[in-house]
Amino acid sequence: MAITHILFWFLTALALVSALMVLLSKNPVYSVLWLVAVFFAISGHYILLNAQFLAIVNMIVYAGAIMVLFLFVIMLMNLDKETEPQKDIWMKIAGAVSGGCLLMVFVSLVKQATEMTGKEALLKTGTIGLIENLGKALFSDYVVPFEISSVLFLSAMVGAVVIGKK
Amino acid sequence: MPIQYYIYLALSLFSIGVVGVLTRRNAIIIFMCIELMLNATNLLLVAFSKMHHAVALASNAATQVGIEGQLFVFFIMVVAAAEVSVGLAIIVMMYRNTHSVDINFLNRLKN
Repeated sequence: MAITHILFWFLTALALVSALMVLLSKNPVYSVLWLVAVFFAISGHYILLNAQFLAIVNMIVYAGAIMVLFLFVIMLMNLDKETEPQKDIWMKIAGAVSGGCLLMVFVSLVKQATEMTGKEALLKTGTIGLIENLGKALFSDYVVPFEISSVLFLSAMVGAVVIGKK
Repeated sequence: MPIQYYIYLALSLFSIGVVGVLTRRNAIIIFMCIELMLNATNLLLVAFSKMHHAVALASNAATQVGIEGQLFVFFIMVVAAAEVSVGLAIIVMMYRNTHSVDINFLNRLKN
């Protein structure tokens, strides 16, 4: 078994266990920390797929910025004790069963899809994930969406300030 | 690595996110589960981009096929960051008005 395969299964197990622990932990602060672990595992997958730019951006933006924002809000609200009133046990069972049904439908669809049999995702090689190539494509072909996204950020910033000021 | 493994991983993460949205009552946890679903789709997009790149590499060594998928992931991250800032502001405002982030108290629009 090659080292990349061992890394793949390790990162997969880490991502799935951490995602389950996000749901199962009662304390919201622990949920945030488990979600950070999920994001680090997904960043590891990006590195394994040689998408280095996205791995770094995922770590900085998601694990660094967004999760710290979540932690700030949770600590601002003083929710770090077990205050969450529990849902009905039947609601939980119904939610888990419906999520499992969704997963079963998806998996059976993927099993039937003949377009994907024998296809491989390229590990460790390929240059399209490097910053040089992505930057060239971003600032030549995709420069208009890039600039529009700055307008989106401006409107989001104004919206957050207006909502938060009331 | 076969593409099916990545698809199953992304689908499992997405389904865990769906179960979280359906079973938890804390609005912040629900928001975090939505982030989890977004990340599952991001991982799937990157895996498919590398799959198409592998197919195109067989015929042309200098091809750039598949770079669109990774740029799309970049834009999804941009939109997610904007969405999180506004959404958390809404949750903070909700907490100020009701002193709770329990979504079952948010049925005022019903009547």
